[in-house]
Amino acid sequence: MISGPAARGQGRTALLYLVPALLVLVALLGYPLYQLVTISLFDYGQEQVSGGAPLTFLGVGNYRTLFSSAKFWTVLGQTVGFAAVCVAGSVLVGAALAVLANRVRRWVRMCLFLAALGAWATPAVAGSTVWLFLFDANFGLVNHLLGLDGFSWTYGRWTAFGLVAGEVVWCSFPFVMITLYAGIRAIPGEVLEAATLDGASGWRTATSVTLPLLRPLLVVVTVQSVIWDFKVFTQVYVMTGGGGIAGRNLVLNVYAYQEAFAASEYGLGSAIGVVMTLILLAVTGFYLRALRRTGEEL
Amino acid sequence: MKRGRTLAEIVTVVVAAVVAFPLFWMVLTAVKPPDEVVSTTPRPWTLHPSLGSFTRALTVADFGRYFVNSVVVAIAVVVLSVGIAFLAAAALTRFRFRGRTVLLVMLLVVQMVPVEALTVPLFFLMRELGRTAPALGLNHLGSLVLVHLAFSLPFAIWLLRGFTRAVPVELEEAATLDGASRFTFLRRVLFPLVAPGLVATSVLSFTHAWNDFLFAKTFIISDARNQTLPLALQVFVRPDDPDWGAVMAGSTLMTIPVLIFFVLAQRRLVGGLAGAVKG
Repeated sequence: MISGPAARGQGRTALLYLVPALLVLVALLGYPLYQLVTISLFDYGQEQVSGGAPLTFLGVGNYRTLFSSAKFWTVLGQTVGFAAVCVAGSVLVGAALAVLANRVRRWVRMCLFLAALGAWATPAVAGSTVWLFLFDANFGLVNHLLGLDGFSWTYGRWTAFGLVAGEVVWCSFPFVMITLYAGIRAIPGEVLEAATLDGASGWRTATSVTLPLLRPLLVVVTVQSVIWDFKVFTQVYVMTGGGGIAGRNLVLNVYAYQEAFAASEYGLGSAIGVVMTLILLAVTGFYLRALRRTGEEL
Repeated sequence: MKRGRTLAEIVTVVVAAVVAFPLFWMVLTAVKPPDEVVSTTPRPWTLHPSLGSFTRALTVADFGRYFVNSVVVAIAVVVLSVGIAFLAAAALTRFRFRGRTVLLVMLLVVQMVPVEALTVPLFFLMRELGRTAPALGLNHLGSLVLVHLAFSLPFAIWLLRGFTRAVPVELEEAATLDGASRFTFLRRVLFPLVAPGLVATSVLSFTHAWNDFLFAKTFIISDARNQTLPLALQVFVRPDDPDWGAVMAGSTLMTIPVLIFFVLAQRRLVGGLAGAVKG
């Protein structure tokens, strides 16, 4: 479009504006990412950190240890399952409420949105502790109402995961709901009117008109939720602590943290980090394709 | 039709009440007297509201100090990220240069990097940094500002880009004809025009830094004075005998600033996010 000296001048000014951002991103994201991969290739423990022992290059040694440990596969399975439940929960709840919000009067919608905004705004640590208290074995309201006095939700693997998933869905459905609500609003009234005039029922309009039009947006919120829920740390850590020594409630993130900072196995912890990053980058591939389908141009 | 709507409205109100309930319970517990908090017959009201839990949180745990620490980190992150992201977004949308598309793709990819995976290398990076610039190293708030700046920047640029792109070229040409330099245009015309985007960016950067638990836990290891709120809250959650009243008071104090921001910025936040998602 523009060429010659003008373009070159533009490039230089643009670069000047980009320098601060590039500096920060390269130094604090790019370099650590490179370091993460490097550390994962070494036997890097407390002794190596303090300089008491020489660094030994292991190559894929840490990964071999990881892939041959049953614990890693259990944790990976738990992470995927946990993320799947959270994603399904937040997208279903969010979508259902977005549809509902379209059918009610304004003040009712405002009530819902304010409540959702509150849940969305609550810091993960605060939300986790409130949920813990609500489900507390002895003093929790839920146990009192259900007549389950003394029942510990955080002790069993599945009840603990369920509780954490409940909190995660609670604070992440609002994003889905508000995005989809905006999407439904953006569908021109004429399109829906035309469908009604053609004799389509409410259900038919929803499945054959609204849903296809919302599909790209649905893909985007789903993938975004996958990315978020796959790396939940705070809620799992605060509510379960990883599930005791047995690690009943470990997810990859908490597992990596424990290996690195509790067991001082920095190399192994980094290897888990690399695995996690690769999985999420694969998801990103889908995300990019989904974005392109919504008509996004770069 | 009418009955359908009434039913939908009843369901909506019930759902709203359920969603808001944990927050209601948090505030209620914070103002309940101690014997009502640890009661085996919890009641959804109190006849003897007291601020004792807040006093305990603010004095025993020195919550005030951590509150200030959290505010300092969050504000620093907001100011830096908004400034840097605005310049970058302007460069990416108002200029054409080689490598622009590559940069945009990189920006999108980098958003997906699970920053939690970077705790190990960042821990060592901050340790090194602390040797030359102690204020930016481990155990100091500077380290938290740096990492959260880096984490919120990609999305902030992406979000602002939607706004800077929407400003018509004609406006820029008119400004140039009036003798405005490129920088004047950015500062006097573009910056005010993308205000909604700046609000959304600020709120998101703020909450990101404010809510952080993992990095505060990893970086601030031995200097308790430089803790932030999420960690201070954990002091009360003793496994055997948690002080629930103080925990809920602390949680309330921690939630209020974010809630205020969200409610104030609500419209712009939704518009901003929709803009970012739809491009």
